[in-house]
Amino acid sequence: MRSSLGSRVFANGLALLLIALSAFPVYWMLTTSFRLNADIRSPGPEFLPLGGTLENYRSVFDSDNFGTSFANSLKVTGLTVVLALFTAFLAAVAVSRFRFRGRVTFLVMILVVQMVPAEALMISMVKVLEGWDLRNSIIGLTIAYLAFVMPFTIWTLRGFVNGVPRELEEAAMVDGSSRLRAFFTVTLPLVAPGLVATGIFAFIQAWNEYTFALVIMNRPEKETLPLWLQSFNFGARGTDWGGVMAGSTLITIPVIVFFLLVHRRIAAGLTAGAVKG
Amino acid sequence: MTTVLSEERTVPGPPSASGGTPSPRRSWRPPHLLPYALTVPALVAIGAGLGYPLYRLGIMSTQDYGLRQQFGAPPEYIGFDNFTDILGDTYFWEVLRRSLVFCLLAVALTMVGGCGVAVLLGRLGRVMRTALSVSLLLAWATPALTATVVWQWIFDTRFGVVNWALTKLGFDYEGHSWLAEPLSFFTVALLIVVWMGIPFVAFTLYAAMTQISGEVMEAAAIDGAGSWARFRDVIWPAIKPIFVVLVALSTMWDLRVFTQIFVLQEAGGISTETNLLGTWAYREAVTGNHFGKGAAIALVMVSITLLLTVFHLRQMFRQEEI
Repeated sequence: MRSSLGSRVFANGLALLLIALSAFPVYWMLTTSFRLNADIRSPGPEFLPLGGTLENYRSVFDSDNFGTSFANSLKVTGLTVVLALFTAFLAAVAVSRFRFRGRVTFLVMILVVQMVPAEALMISMVKVLEGWDLRNSIIGLTIAYLAFVMPFTIWTLRGFVNGVPRELEEAAMVDGSSRLRAFFTVTLPLVAPGLVATGIFAFIQAWNEYTFALVIMNRPEKETLPLWLQSFNFGARGTDWGGVMAGSTLITIPVIVFFLLVHRRIAAGLTAGAVKG
Repeated sequence: MTTVLSEERTVPGPPSASGGTPSPRRSWRPPHLLPYALTVPALVAIGAGLGYPLYRLGIMSTQDYGLRQQFGAPPEYIGFDNFTDILGDTYFWEVLRRSLVFCLLAVALTMVGGCGVAVLLGRLGRVMRTALSVSLLLAWATPALTATVVWQWIFDTRFGVVNWALTKLGFDYEGHSWLAEPLSFFTVALLIVVWMGIPFVAFTLYAAMTQISGEVMEAAAIDGAGSWARFRDVIWPAIKPIFVVLVALSTMWDLRVFTQIFVLQEAGGISTETNLLGTWAYREAVTGNHFGKGAAIALVMVSITLLLTVFHLRQMFRQEEI
């Protein structure tokens, strides 16, 4: 479309401003993490990443509980991803391949469930898990996370399973495979891209989660990384921004990398059903 | 999702493993147990992590569930006392009003900002568009907790870059504490929530706008429609359905905002003047050990969200068959 030079200059100028605004916090987190606290405290900020030091990262690795929280985060995230993919694949096959009574109810329930605020449920979740003797346990936290990643995972995998022609399963069955077996030997490998996308989504959710972890894991040795970061931040009381930013960077970078891979699908899943095509 | 499910209704499933003939149509099929079995793990997961806790939340809201129950005393049924208690509390109305105003402002700013960014994305050249998209993705991808911690650093009292810049510009912001006073506290919180919220809205609206054919836009331009007229008469009607869905989603998300408020409260040291529904419920229940009252507050949150969900789902079902 034709547009005047003036409006092009305006659009590009505005774009530059928005780029600066939206990228600045991440940029600032990174540069601060490579600067000595003595420099950070000196008057006047330094905008260019000069004089890089790994001192802050060293202090993070040496800090109390970083190692245990990292291990806890890996465990709960890994468990959530594996269980979510397995259960969601089965459910996705059910709603995609069969027309059964209650199917529509099941799908509507999935959509409604996606809207329930975790911030409200955390109150009773504490008592439920206490009753099951699962407070301060990885299993307990996984139970909380699993339910919340389930809707997105099922909904997105359903789209992938729909895309696999059922004739392929039938062919395997003609060769003597059982129906259930055909789902695993034929359909499962073909929805691998969907498993990767939903697996990454589940990873990001569990890795980032703060509210459930806050109420469920209330012992220092049971902290996950977000809890560790907030205790570290709270304990520093604004005196160790270098260390806090190094910790933030370590938590954020894997998420950003993964997110860049799957953001299109996440956008589609969040408006599930609302967008065609 | 690209699937057209109505087609499936005419295509019967493949014969079960035990069935012999692969005939395309059969008048009677034995009821399949397999689909039900396949959904059981998902139902168990949702039931244990969501259904049952939701049920317990309802039960707890009718109980006197406090410190004594912590030590094993059975909770006492008190009917709707928790609700009459909070509804009669002026603090509840204050927090509710605060939450609604915060939500309204956040949604309005996110939608207007997101819509503007989407229009802008459509007008940029390829290089600039990619650069802007990547920056937006960075903001979107950053976890709520680390984002809040980083913004806390940007607005830090002594060494924060915002105070430095404002002081350079001639304002007296040396040592200004942003989080110690409710109004500026909520300004920072709003900034974080909107900063994180705009990218998703912008990308989704931009995707909807790219569905509008270039010819229509060209024709409108040739007919002399200015950019505002083109937006109002061509773009807006095309994006309106998804816009409404985004408003509903953003409202639900911004009403329940917790992490950003909670972390800023810990940094600033004021919570009574800055509590929203989520942080208040948490502080009543977990910190103050009034689980019954906390559950009642949380249920108010759930109810408002459910009302919005009903509206949201009705919008969605108008657009796609399940």
